[in-house]
Amino acid sequence: MEAVLFFIAAIGALGGAIGVIAMRNPFFSVLALIVHLFSLAVLFLLLTSAFVAAAQVVVYAGAVMVLYVFVVAYVGGGESAWEPIPGQRFLAPLLGIAIFVELAVAVLGSALKALDTHGPDVPAGFGDPAGIGRLLLEKFLLPFEASSILLLLAAVGAVVLAGRLKEESPASAGASVDAPSPGATP
Amino acid sequence: MNIAWYIVLSSLLFATGVVGVLLRRSPMVILLCLELMLNAGNLALVAFSRMVGNAQGQVFAVIVMVVAACEVVVGLGLIVAIFRRRLPLNVDDLRELRG
Repeated sequence: MEAVLFFIAAIGALGGAIGVIAMRNPFFSVLALIVHLFSLAVLFLLLTSAFVAAAQVVVYAGAVMVLYVFVVAYVGGGESAWEPIPGQRFLAPLLGIAIFVELAVAVLGSALKALDTHGPDVPAGFGDPAGIGRLLLEKFLLPFEASSILLLLAAVGAVVLAGRLKEESPASAGASVDAPSPGATP
Repeated sequence: MNIAWYIVLSSLLFATGVVGVLLRRSPMVILLCLELMLNAGNLALVAFSRMVGNAQGQVFAVIVMVVAACEVVVGLGLIVAIFRRRLPLNVDDLRELRG
């Protein structure tokens, strides 16, 4: 049962990942990424990490993907077929296969004996929100606070980046409206 | 399932993300492929945490999620800023910083 679930989720994750890079329209790429994220949440559940799986669904598939969908709808999709690097379409998968082989050699050739096991038996509350919360607020309090500051900085940075043109664009729009009007009125 | 399966799947997903970054030219899709790579790292972290039998690795995964959310917010802010300046949304055209 666990193996069946693993392979279904793995195929979903891999299919979603390939869909992200294969889709022409960025909107479909975002939808494929949502499939990928849900499959990864199933994999996290199989690894008995309930809190990470829930955070994956709520934060990633919920909040971050909504942000993506909004920006895709705002910016619009499509990319030109122009390729400045000759053979990029063939070279890129080759390099990807190379990095996969390298990683696989590194993993399978490592001296980690526990890789071929299911992992040790864990108590019933392993990875549940209470345990993760206790770890976050006791042992990892400093990274927790640092990540909250990072989130605040990112929010401020996004407002600065995306909102700075706001006072320029009415001026330029006003200028472009004003510029033809003297010529138009006489 | 053995932990090695999860690790191999994670490296496969990471390689897929790398191919996407190399192949696509829209900055939005490149951000999505960065997400793929970060999620592959998350899967490896959670798998290793299960292998050791210690939940501390999952805290790493949660922090990686926070960092990924920050990266998405700043990246999408940049994309919106590029779009508003009517610059092309194509990483091959935006090469002023390449030197």
